[in-house]
Amino acid sequence: MAFAAFSSSNPKVAAGPVKSSKIVLALLLPGMLYLAMFFLVPLVSLLITSLETPSATGAYGMYDYGFDVSSYIDVTTRYLPQILRSFGYAFAATFFALIISYPLAYFVGVRLRPRPLIQKLTLTLVIAPFFISFLLRTIAWKQLLSDDSAILNFLRSIHLWGDQQYFLGTPGAVIWGLTYNFIPFMTLPLYTSLERLDLRLLEAASDLYASPAAIFRKVTLPLTMPGVISGTLLTFIPITGDYVNASRDFLGSSKTSMIGNMVEADFLQNADYPAASALSAVLMAVILVMVAVYVKRTGTEDLL
Amino acid sequence: MKNLRLGRKVLPLYSILALVYLLIPIVYTIVFSFNNSQRSNTVWEGFTLNKWLHVCDRPDMCDSLGNSLLISTVATLVATVLGTGIAIALVRYRFRARSLVSLSLFLPMATPEVVMGAGLAALFFNMGTEQGFATIILAHVMFCLSFVVVTVKARVQTLDPVLEEAARDLYANPSSVFWRITFPLLLPGIVSAALLSFALSFDDFIITYFNSGPINTFPKVVYIAAAKGVPAEANVIASAVFLLAIFIVIGSQVFGSLRRKKLLK
Amino acid sequence: MAKEFIAAGADLELRGIRKEFPGFTAIENLDLHIPAGEFFALLGPSGCGKTTTLRIVAGLEEPTSGQVLIGGVDETYVKPHERPVNTVFQSYALFPHMTILENVAFGLRRRKVADPLPKAMDALNLVELGHIAERRPQQLSGGQQQRVALARALVNRPSLLLLDEPLGALDLKLRRQMQIELKAIQMEVGLTFLHVTHDQEEAMDMADTVAVMNKGQIEQMGAPEALYERPRTSFVAKFLGQSNIFVGQVAETSANSLSIDVAGSKISVPKNRAEKQDGKIAIGVRPEKAHFHREAPKPDANLNILGPGEIKDIRFTGVSNQYLIEIPNVGDVIVFAQNVGISPVVELGEKVWVSFKVEHAFGLADLPAGDEQ
Repeated sequence: MAFAAFSSSNPKVAAGPVKSSKIVLALLLPGMLYLAMFFLVPLVSLLITSLETPSATGAYGMYDYGFDVSSYIDVTTRYLPQILRSFGYAFAATFFALIISYPLAYFVGVRLRPRPLIQKLTLTLVIAPFFISFLLRTIAWKQLLSDDSAILNFLRSIHLWGDQQYFLGTPGAVIWGLTYNFIPFMTLPLYTSLERLDLRLLEAASDLYASPAAIFRKVTLPLTMPGVISGTLLTFIPITGDYVNASRDFLGSSKTSMIGNMVEADFLQNADYPAASALSAVLMAVILVMVAVYVKRTGTEDLL
Repeated sequence: MKNLRLGRKVLPLYSILALVYLLIPIVYTIVFSFNNSQRSNTVWEGFTLNKWLHVCDRPDMCDSLGNSLLISTVATLVATVLGTGIAIALVRYRFRARSLVSLSLFLPMATPEVVMGAGLAALFFNMGTEQGFATIILAHVMFCLSFVVVTVKARVQTLDPVLEEAARDLYANPSSVFWRITFPLLLPGIVSAALLSFALSFDDFIITYFNSGPINTFPKVVYIAAAKGVPAEANVIASAVFLLAIFIVIGSQVFGSLRRKKLLK
Repeated sequence: MAKEFIAAGADLELRGIRKEFPGFTAIENLDLHIPAGEFFALLGPSGCGKTTTLRIVAGLEEPTSGQVLIGGVDETYVKPHERPVNTVFQSYALFPHMTILENVAFGLRRRKVADPLPKAMDALNLVELGHIAERRPQQLSGGQQQRVALARALVNRPSLLLLDEPLGALDLKLRRQMQIELKAIQMEVGLTFLHVTHDQEEAMDMADTVAVMNKGQIEQMGAPEALYERPRTSFVAKFLGQSNIFVGQVAETSANSLSIDVAGSKISVPKNRAEKQDGKIAIGVRPEKAHFHREAPKPDANLNILGPGEIKDIRFTGVSNQYLIEIPNVGDVIVFAQNVGISPVVELGEKVWVSFKVEHAFGLADLPAGDEQ
């Protein structure tokens, strides 16, 4: 739904779909089998790994199959701060991304409609950050907001920032980075929804004595809610698992570590696979619950 | 009425500010690709074209770029073929497992990369597969697939089935219908999907990091360098990729618009 | 020009066609025979099943049961690309990524006919579009697109040409022009045309035979004049043109006619124009066959007289004046008077009588909806 933004926007939903046939299998099977193998099975793998016990041989990084839930208990207690922090940051970043993106998406999707070429070009500019390396744009903010940067010095000169105060390594910096990096994921679904908004409905509301604020609250917002929800999901969920922004080498510090940082550490450095897997499984479980609630309310037709 | 007029100006103004905010890091990155930096690219030391001209003086940069290009191209090809099939099936055919298919395609888009990366690594470990090009490509195809489906699906929905019916009415067998009517008309969507897939694959870090073993991709090299200081050559490569991508996208939009204007005359 | 096409079309026979969709039945039981070389119109309101019928003949749908025979060959389950049938679609369905020349040549190329381009050019010249052969469909007007769609179908010399409301999107003047052209081409080339439409004037104008379809069934079929002058059901009476319909019990029967009693007036219909001859029946008459009088007309065995009533509405439609007369206990009666240059001689509210010849009345097989009791 999000990435429909770039395609032509008059879907001719035509005569109902043709009844199922062997062609369907041929078209679907390769892709679905691939997903089953490389998406589902890894998740199952994670589950299995999370239940393993340290190897009886005592060898480092070796584990035996088992049904040991101690990893889960360990992970949810030891990493509780990271878990709470991840969801907290995700909440904040998603919120900021929403309030920054919505007006922008509205401008491009509604106000620029009379000029389709300008509309497409502006949309490209909005998505432009997407085309430059994610890591480099995070590093750019790191340099731009470093302790001795021009920006901070300027703020200090007008007394909006303390001389000893720093920005990098604080939750604020991490949230700043997360918001920035995930704005395209919020903007595209919003744009898709807004671009399809029937302006005549707004005119009708205005004809019926609604003020601009009322029109927004009662017509625009409800009608674009699918885009809002879709954008929120596509932003919130990946943020919970991010660890680049929060990492010490980028915008964070050891005090801002998130779930992702712990998974990385346990998996790639400490070889504590059960812990890493258990933590991932916990994260995935929360996400599945959110998706389930979403799907239950809106069905699967508009998912994609 | 005064509110309205003021309101009309606020939004464009805000949008310009928002766009500036979005573009700042990009401009920074491009500018610093011209920095005559010696060790770390954090302080401006003077303008130079050196890094652009001698970008491959640092072999790790160019090697990793080569790897990334190879991986992304292969992954894009596979994901685009598989994904286009699924998109056509989802729009044109009615089948019972529809909800399940939609959900299975949505989940990878909504799953955090850490989870997918760790999961795949666990899978490869349990299968005894050594990490390398193959594992990276397999991983990339997986997460690109859903995005390809979404993009192509949107395009398929704009394709009026009556055109295919007309083709059948005019003696085209199923193969002809697909190659002469469906495919050419879907091509813009398929190309968009391929470009999107390439971009996602090229820039991917987390999943790749978990599954690459000894192979270095461009993002991986940047991440590792981040601790010490990312060299300007990385900026050069990223800027080049960015400018190329923007050029292609804007170029195709302008070209498409001119062509449409010409046709409607 | 005609010699380049096959000498004649093939006939079409539909036997016991039934089409069910999940939730509703589009076609109940359809039997149809269209002789070769005939221009046949399938007329009906939206949702009556006419487009479904067309699609079944084209092969784009399969019937739930029944048979489709084209030129005597059972083509029921033959794929569309293997049938000698071509369709002109309602939305024209021109391929946007090809020039109109390539559009027209498409069918020829698929059938591997020699020299597809010159033949396509000939077809375009036939519809007077040869000079813009290199343009794309998007650059053409609606009328031009319609002609390309026609050329694209005709160039393949199909035994049977199906037209799915092809003139719907054209403005009145263009539509009239295309109707004349289509009819001319059909007659000259001798193809069998099956034309589906909801426009009854178009159907009556162009077709040799008209079938009126309603709710998945054909209610009546025949030459346009026969259908118009003697509709058999109330649906046909009201869908094809307008009708005044009177309902009553059969009161008198004589050797040649029967009459019903309507609020004291006797309305007669010749027996050979009455579908139902006892019980409660409906008798109708076309508004242009009725006349109004300012004084009570003299009783006449050949005339049905109603009234007095009051003129409730007068409408001027250019060609005629339409009068709505309300007769107590009878209802509203519509009378058309051709506008022959004399200004209306009556005004609203005037008291008038209505009369029409017994030989113009028709007796219906059923009662109008709402009158069944």
